[in-house]
Amino acid sequence: MRVALFATCVNDALYPSTAVATVKVLERLGVEVDFPAEQTCCGQPQYNTGYRRATEPLVRRTARAFAGYDHVVTPSGSCVAMVRDNYPRIGAKALAEGRGRELSGAAASLVPKTYELTEFLVDVLGVTDVGAYFPHTVTYHPSCHGLRMLGLGDRPRRLLEAVRGLELVELPGAEECCGFGGTFAVKNADVSEAMGDDKIRNALSTDADVLCGADNSCLMHIGGMLRRQDAPLRALHLAEILASTEEEPLR
Amino acid sequence: MSGTYLGMPSFPEAARDAVRDVTLRGNLRRATHTIRDKRAGAVAELDDWGRLREAGKRIKDHTLRHLDRYLVQVEEAVTAAGGTVHWAADAAEANAIVTRLVQETGESEVVKVKSMATQETGLNEALEAHGIRAYETDLAELIVQLGKDRPSHLLVPAIHRNRGEIRDIFRSEMSEWGRPAPEGLTDTPAELAEAARLHLREKFLRARVGISGANFMVAETGTLVVVESEGNGRMCLTLPETLISVVGIEKVIPTWRDLEVFLQLLPRSSTAERMNPYTTMWTGTTDGDGPRAFHLVLLDNGRTDTLADEVGRQALRCIRCSACLNVCPVYERAGGHAYGSVYPGPIGAILSPQLRGTASAIDASLPYASSLCGACYDVCPVAIDIPEVLVHLREKVADQGGKGHRLERAAMRAATWLLDHPAALTAGERLASKTRKLHPERLPGPGARQWTNSRDLPDLPAEPFRDWWKKNRA
Repeated sequence: MRVALFATCVNDALYPSTAVATVKVLERLGVEVDFPAEQTCCGQPQYNTGYRRATEPLVRRTARAFAGYDHVVTPSGSCVAMVRDNYPRIGAKALAEGRGRELSGAAASLVPKTYELTEFLVDVLGVTDVGAYFPHTVTYHPSCHGLRMLGLGDRPRRLLEAVRGLELVELPGAEECCGFGGTFAVKNADVSEAMGDDKIRNALSTDADVLCGADNSCLMHIGGMLRRQDAPLRALHLAEILASTEEEPLR
Repeated sequence: MSGTYLGMPSFPEAARDAVRDVTLRGNLRRATHTIRDKRAGAVAELDDWGRLREAGKRIKDHTLRHLDRYLVQVEEAVTAAGGTVHWAADAAEANAIVTRLVQETGESEVVKVKSMATQETGLNEALEAHGIRAYETDLAELIVQLGKDRPSHLLVPAIHRNRGEIRDIFRSEMSEWGRPAPEGLTDTPAELAEAARLHLREKFLRARVGISGANFMVAETGTLVVVESEGNGRMCLTLPETLISVVGIEKVIPTWRDLEVFLQLLPRSSTAERMNPYTTMWTGTTDGDGPRAFHLVLLDNGRTDTLADEVGRQALRCIRCSACLNVCPVYERAGGHAYGSVYPGPIGAILSPQLRGTASAIDASLPYASSLCGACYDVCPVAIDIPEVLVHLREKVADQGGKGHRLERAAMRAATWLLDHPAALTAGERLASKTRKLHPERLPGPGARQWTNSRDLPDLPAEPFRDWWKKNRA
């Protein structure tokens, strides 16, 4: 099977190790991975801040980049939610404003074939044991978009539970937002910090070594607070744990 | 809406103090978590909750689409049942109508059932200006009124107060308004409730005019419905000689059968009860029973404008259950007062800027008072997609280009340009990676400074992913 990797702008520029890990996990499972270089960003920051029109070139670009593929896989729940929930809205509003069918068609074309990594592994490949090894105590933070918009359910947990050596511990208040929310973290910095503080207090109470998530945007916020406080807990993307093996363990 | 909220600072400014108020955050956290957990349990008992929710959404959407027809039906039915219907385009008009109606009775005191509509119009203050004193009879509203405070929650207006604070308010303020608090009042719930009961009983027995809102209006019969927990509402609705109900035009539902759906959705969503203790219904006037005169004031106050917005109009489905407040992580930390309206929390963040417009600092900031986590949409019993409306309203605010948005628009456009030109983007990523040792830990400038006040930025990688791909896979 051949799939296109949608690395996302955050992973490309700040967390390339997550995109590399995604490539490695997929290849280990026999998937042929492509990275169409014209891809950049799904446009979520612009859209969620109220700049819908500024999102349109990126919707077109994203659709064009992945036009030749049946499956698009990304290690970012929030970007999938952007495509699935908001691309059709952007297309419909553009149509209503009389800007042609092209954008609306482009937006719609991506919806059925874009998958979040854990969805793709569990639902399309039918795998929960990806042959990973990670001998650490891990607690899992389900990001809001993965949890509520995509309804990922227990897919990430099933993948983590199948990792050899890994001990999964419950995160109290797991379903509560960490306070990132894109530009919310800047526009409402005080409330965002208060939410983040509670999230890391809960995470630290688990005594885990690693806080795992499937969205590097949330992990940037949580991890940034953990580092500022010199906390004995590191934030790590799920893909990197799944990529870790006995032969090539992640440190 | 109410003049008491004019000149409010923007949400982030108003939230700043609340976030640092340890007592307030403790009160809110305890209360919201208790209600949200109970609600989840009450909802889980019904295996057809999803279908009820869909039914509630559809009935409301249908009614809103044909609102003109159903309102005329309400007017005809109420009139036929012996009531009088008045139409109010805005808050000032509604207050003027009510003031005139009270003056015509010759009374200078009224008792009130808890009502969001009259809080929205600032009725108490308007009556006060004409020498008419309005007594709130809902326990939490009483606490707010005695404390010269503002409500901070739809269902539990005094949620921001703890028992000790309530005892102090009763002790120092009750005598100003009527029967004083009993000697040696403690902060046990039973004693506090008894003090309120004695204080209020005196008012119920004396009042000749009652003022209410309504949770629902049934178009086919002109019946109004109030759903409550304490029974104080029923006292106000049945004892006075004149009853005046001020009701938002979106509260109408077509038939009694439709009421069945909402009487299941509302109590479980709001108080986590299978059924609320008191449901009072009244249809016009009846000889020998209840008020001798009944007036219905139908309030628009921005609702027709809201209805005109295809995305935003879903806010008018709201049945004021407050489930979205109780589950909202932003409300939990910022408190209800930061929203600058009688409608706080997620629903307030989409309702207030639509009812009032987005000209003021507070209204322009409300659509951004959310991390878009979606918990509010999940719990909403009439499936209002609050995150969708928030983003839609952000676009309106950004388009009007007020404070901060011009610079932001330029930045967003620049970002889009860069992201639409991968060669330039790659060059930028490479430059950032190459100079990564030189970047300061705390950054200057709006946004970056806010971010690095409490968080470290991630270390920049040695190379962006696209370069790794080129070297290793392409």
